[in-house]
Amino acid sequence: MEKRVTFDHRLLPYLLLTPQLVVTIVFFFWPAAQALYQSLLLPDPFGLSSRFVWLSNFEYLFNDRYYLEAFTTTAVFTFFVTLVSMSMALLFAVLADQVIKGASTYKTLLIWPYAVAPAVAGVMWLFMFQPSIGVLAFYMKAVGVPWNPVLDGTHAMTLVILAAAWKQISYNFLFFLAGLQAIPKSLIEAAAIDGAGKWHRFRTIVFPLLSPTTFFLLVVNVVYAFFETFGIIHTMTAGGPGRSTTILVYKVYSDGFVGQDLGSSAAQSVILMLVVGVLTIIQFRYIERRVHY
Amino acid sequence: MVEKRGVGTNMVHLVLITGIVIVCFPIYLTFVGSTLTHFEVIRPPMPLVPGPHFIENYTRALTSGVHVPVGRMLFNSLVMAMGIAVGKIAISILSAYAIVYFRFPFRMLAFWAIFMTLMLPVEVRIVPTYEVAASLGLLNTYSGLILPLIASATATFLFRQFFLTVPDELLEAARVDGAGPWRFFKDILLPLSVTNIAALFVILFIYGWNQFLWPLLITTKPEMNTIVMGLKQMMPTADDYGNWPVTMAAAMLAVLPPVAVVLFMQRLFVKGLVETEK
Repeated sequence: MEKRVTFDHRLLPYLLLTPQLVVTIVFFFWPAAQALYQSLLLPDPFGLSSRFVWLSNFEYLFNDRYYLEAFTTTAVFTFFVTLVSMSMALLFAVLADQVIKGASTYKTLLIWPYAVAPAVAGVMWLFMFQPSIGVLAFYMKAVGVPWNPVLDGTHAMTLVILAAAWKQISYNFLFFLAGLQAIPKSLIEAAAIDGAGKWHRFRTIVFPLLSPTTFFLLVVNVVYAFFETFGIIHTMTAGGPGRSTTILVYKVYSDGFVGQDLGSSAAQSVILMLVVGVLTIIQFRYIERRVHY
Repeated sequence: MVEKRGVGTNMVHLVLITGIVIVCFPIYLTFVGSTLTHFEVIRPPMPLVPGPHFIENYTRALTSGVHVPVGRMLFNSLVMAMGIAVGKIAISILSAYAIVYFRFPFRMLAFWAIFMTLMLPVEVRIVPTYEVAASLGLLNTYSGLILPLIASATATFLFRQFFLTVPDELLEAARVDGAGPWRFFKDILLPLSVTNIAALFVILFIYGWNQFLWPLLITTKPEMNTIVMGLKQMMPTADDYGNWPVTMAAAMLAVLPPVAVVLFMQRLFVKGLVETEK
């Protein structure tokens, strides 16, 4: 889409664009190029000089057991965060869509966690479930549920998944609710007249009509779990115990800043850039489809 | 509504209320934790109703904190969040204006250059971005906290989409009346964009306030910490170190501004959320 009428000015458009382009070049293109360049270098042990090694950083990564483990960890983490937060949100949205009395109060009380920073969500959940002081951890142990996220990798994973999913419920809830409210009521009424029960109507009418929203949220949640949960991991487990919660983004950070392995960290950055690229393309494809829908 | 039977509706309310209790429990417990003494917290189980030490803990958090007063960190967060929100809106409304209302060589190149930034969250390119910021002397500065995060395409896109829906007749009429580009922008386009700007501001303020990784890297001096990252440093690592109630008070203070923004500007928030994702 283009404007029919425009201004005629030689210099002004460039002046208007300058601030954004300068910021973009300095903090986006330059670092991205640096990451690409560094991913092909291998610094010597003293960090004094670097050697050009072509793709051997990547080759090394894909033979690195820990890196492949981080892939699996990220997949498990992302799958459960998406599943838990989307199914909870869908349940709440379907219910909130039915009530008349107090609907806006319910909505208000369900959307505020969006504003909680992932890192703060991590602190809050740790406060509840930390084995030595957490009050819920205490009651879990009191009724005999084994619980020690400080030592047990599966427990730690469960904890970060819960915290990450909790934070994302509000977002999913809002979009599901909007999707539900866009479904014509006449369709539901017609089905009810034909004798379809609640569950039947949901399965055959509501859920299929909601699928564009569901698909959109799927992509958003995957992006969220991949990249925005750094704060949760860092405050709650720092990737541990024993790498059990080290997701890919966390590994970029810990290899680059803690391990000072810049070549490997840059190569990991490049791989993640590709992942984001693919996800973005999927998202845009979908948006084109939604316009037709 | 199709069914209007009492039992079903009561069930719906019951499940919703249970859900809300679960969703709200973490913040309730955080609040309770912020009103107890450190001793009450570290000897489980801690009480589940608020204690009497509210004022004491919050005063202590705000004025002394653990490493640095929370008041100072809240101020840093405010500067960062406002800087990011205002900066992003300012640079992107100008560039969207240029892209939509002017024809010039390399227009599409500029458009795609901005568009590409949509793809890369800061988390992915942290090491090189840190090196760039360090070489520009931006460590421990507000500019360092703000500038790298205002490079993003979302806002530019939102304004571009909006400008494209503004009727061409407005521009024609303005030009007949002799208005230049600046006049048209200031007197017509900007007033029309107010709702969009406000909605975007709400989203970007929350985004900026909640940044964690970038402040963690760019600030090494405790006085420059933001509250969201500083909270991690306040967390007691062992029972004899730190103070849980003060940390929990800081956590409450850290979520208060963005939560207040969501609750009090709910309509703008929802609008912003839906539009930035389009």
